[in-house]
Amino acid sequence: MWDRDQMAARAALELQDGWYVNLGIGIPTLVSNYIPEGIEVTLQSENGMLGMGPFPISGAEDADLINAGKQTITELPQTSYFDSAQSFGMIRGGKIAMAILGAMEVSENGDLANWMIPGKLVKGMGGAMDLVAGVGRVVVVMDHTNKHGDSKVLKSCALPLTGQAVVHRIITNLGVLDVVEGGLRIVETADGVSEQQLRDATEATIV
Amino acid sequence: MKKIYPNAAAALDGLLTDGMFIASGGFGLCGIPEVLLEAIKVAGTKDLTFASNNAGVDDFGIGILLQTKQVKKMISSYVGENAEFMRQYLSGELELEFNPQGTLAERMRAGGCGIPGFYTKTGVGTVIADGKEHKDFNGQTYIMEEGIVADLAIVKAWKADATGNLIFRKTARNFNPPAAMCGKICVVEVEEIVETGSMDPDHIHLPGIYVHRIIQGDHEKRIEQRTVRSA
Repeated sequence: MWDRDQMAARAALELQDGWYVNLGIGIPTLVSNYIPEGIEVTLQSENGMLGMGPFPISGAEDADLINAGKQTITELPQTSYFDSAQSFGMIRGGKIAMAILGAMEVSENGDLANWMIPGKLVKGMGGAMDLVAGVGRVVVVMDHTNKHGDSKVLKSCALPLTGQAVVHRIITNLGVLDVVEGGLRIVETADGVSEQQLRDATEATIV
Repeated sequence: MKKIYPNAAAALDGLLTDGMFIASGGFGLCGIPEVLLEAIKVAGTKDLTFASNNAGVDDFGIGILLQTKQVKKMISSYVGENAEFMRQYLSGELELEFNPQGTLAERMRAGGCGIPGFYTKTGVGTVIADGKEHKDFNGQTYIMEEGIVADLAIVKAWKADATGNLIFRKTARNFNPPAAMCGKICVVEVEEIVETGSMDPDHIHLPGIYVHRIIQGDHEKRIEQRTVRSA
């Protein structure tokens, strides 16, 4: 079974040289620690920045320089800034090759739910709906089951959707699945996980 | 043509009416028009509708107008950092319209550009699409979203000249240009008013045609999530 860092490292293998990529909050943020040697990617922060650098050293924080999670960050030599309309123009316009996002539920036809639990505190979707509708490829990184042991990889999502038929690949602590015609296809299993274990933890149809 | 005003109260004089619709720049607490928001609090204008990506925190940004119950409705993409917001929303005192972040930005931009509606894939198949016109283009389904025209835009920039040409700084630009564009009147607060002609015309982010009143203010520029790496 993969831990958070191993999931992030596996997700980093999805990156291709020259790509512009948006990383969501949580495990997806860790992906930037595992970008493979020889692969150059430019990270977009949807509040208006391409070329996102690491967190600043203490004392170098700048209130005018934050990421989409509102954390202080730094710029790089290739950084550019722009306004929110242009930022989502490049997202909606398909210029961002891939988004790696967390999820609460994913269904076998690629539906994604990651913004709202009815009856609980609703914070809002932020830029998630725009990202999944606009970018070239959507990769979800999440635990395969919730804390009660129920599958998060479902026949259909119970929670309100962030996007319909938008997910291409699912990376979980148990393995990697692709959304294909008729259901999900197992791409690989995590270290020490059998195909049967992955199937048992998955409610969705595996083809 | 005199756009520079001595302070926020003077710049807002005659512009504030109960029930008005205000578009505000800012993302989180970054690049918010904090001085103008404080002045609106002091003015006591009520039943405000705000188009703003976020609602500030309890004691900063739009949050200060929630505490005084001056806000009737928020149009936002994310409001998670504000406990008073949640209390008022859950008790039914405050209306909330969630817009996907890019849809909100484009609604402002479009409204400012004379475009009353546009089609986007964002939100298709979700609750956001409920009740909206659906239309297919090249085999893909889109929904129609409407442009926003606000009674007033309040905006934070880094530098302005006397004619209202603006330069923003780093990610503090965010929603400020589209908010400025969608206001019938736009009031801008800046850190520095510079001599006209001292900014390179090629480096101006928003031309002064969108800007009607300018003040220079003292900015706290609060950091919401101070995150550092070990050296």
